[in-house]
Amino acid sequence: MVRAGLFTDGTSPALLGSRCAACGAHHFPRHDTCPYCAAEDPVPVELSDHGVLWAWTAVTSPPPGSLGPTPYGMGVVELPEGIRVITRLTESDPGALSAGQPMQLQIVTLERDKEGDDVITFAFAPVAGS
Amino acid sequence: MNRVVISGVGMHPFGRFEGVSTTDMGVLAVRAALREAGVTKGGFQAAFCGTAYGGVATGHKVLSRLGMTGMPIVDVEAGCASGGAALMLAAGAIRAGQYDTVLVFGTEKMPRGIIRSSFFEPWQEEAGLAATPAFFGLRAHRLTMTSGVTKDHLAAVVVKNRRHGAANPDAMYQKEITADDVLASRVVCEPLHLFMLCSPNEGAAAVVLTRHDGSSGASAAPITLAGATLRSHLPGAVLSESTPLSGLTDDSVPSPSTLAARAAFEEAGLGPADLDVVECQDTDAARELLSYEELGLCEPGGSGALLDSGATALGGSLPVNPSGGLLSKGEPLGASALGQVVELVRQVRGDCGVRQVDGARVALSHTVGRGANAGVVILTR
Repeated sequence: MVRAGLFTDGTSPALLGSRCAACGAHHFPRHDTCPYCAAEDPVPVELSDHGVLWAWTAVTSPPPGSLGPTPYGMGVVELPEGIRVITRLTESDPGALSAGQPMQLQIVTLERDKEGDDVITFAFAPVAGS
Repeated sequence: MNRVVISGVGMHPFGRFEGVSTTDMGVLAVRAALREAGVTKGGFQAAFCGTAYGGVATGHKVLSRLGMTGMPIVDVEAGCASGGAALMLAAGAIRAGQYDTVLVFGTEKMPRGIIRSSFFEPWQEEAGLAATPAFFGLRAHRLTMTSGVTKDHLAAVVVKNRRHGAANPDAMYQKEITADDVLASRVVCEPLHLFMLCSPNEGAAAVVLTRHDGSSGASAAPITLAGATLRSHLPGAVLSESTPLSGLTDDSVPSPSTLAARAAFEEAGLGPADLDVVECQDTDAARELLSYEELGLCEPGGSGALLDSGATALGGSLPVNPSGGLLSKGEPLGASALGQVVELVRQVRGDCGVRQVDGARVALSHTVGRGANAGVVILTR
């Protein structure tokens, strides 16, 4: 896992966010202070594992420090909670994607580290048949 | 309130200079600006130095070499807007009556290739979410949806700026380019091709600010620093230069560039319709078009049409980036904003030769980047 506390894996993975009790805004990743109203101690929540595609591109050469193959997709997915999330996409061909298309959270393996463990992160995949 | 005037400017060309240090470039630019202002040792009471990659005491190293230390020397880091931030601090101090004359400069030697920034956490780099050009690509992609911007528009921005830059001896690229050349360069992050992105590079620029005593009826009309503002981001915009991991589905959050422009126009008592010439952040071709909208040069969604009208090319009603912009000059972060100010001072003086904007009197400089930081400077003659 690229960083603990970002997402859960397993059979029904989820992004770990928070919700401000004062203004109702959702955050990702978890914050200890609401960036919108500065209220402290937002409530930890699991965010929806699906959304719709709002913007996308593909990274064609490896940026400094990155793991995993290139090209890879990168985009913005809108979740039902009313937030937009920056994410890797499993689709690296921008021509194969379209605005508003349904997307599903997936945990992907970037590479295997020296100890033989998979380094995993979150991504969104187009919903099959959509 | 004290009026602030620009009494001298100097510049080290932007490009790649093997064996020339950050200090060397700063020395050259500062010396030229002081000479133009007629300021010698002891003639300024403070110095602000914009730099992002220069390291500890970059400003001190430059002024030590010139034998001019003892006054406060403060390095200012505000990403791409570092020079604008330095200018704002200097102008504020003069207006408040703290100093009469302040030296402002920026100097930078950027690493080659994709900018690696200490801004991101290591996991963001590992996960591939620290890819700077991808954020540019996503912003460009949104413009294609909201403003009818096409790849042809993006190529046209590059062609325009490179044509302007061909007449600028301080630019890194002084050769014109065709739309076919741009579109034939490799795709970095859709819809952006390689030639639509500026090169991080090296350079320095310097400006001397002075309190106007009102009596200098001597030479030419003084150039007034009418506004110099810096703003950071408000939360909520997912593609903001603050590069958050999430934002709201609320498109009404004003960008830092819009906030800085509004404040600078208010400070100057001017509006977009008063402008004769603009230098704006064109880190990539789409960034220039987005700047048109954020600075109020056109309505939201109108940037493609404004470009198509020819207004923003030399000879048009509001030329943008007559220096060639960052697409021709390259971008040394700490020197970038002051490089724009040097160009605009030369424009309002009428010193720009074939790239001169006829009758230019009111000019605006705009930089925006990591932080987020957005700087807007307005000068008038």
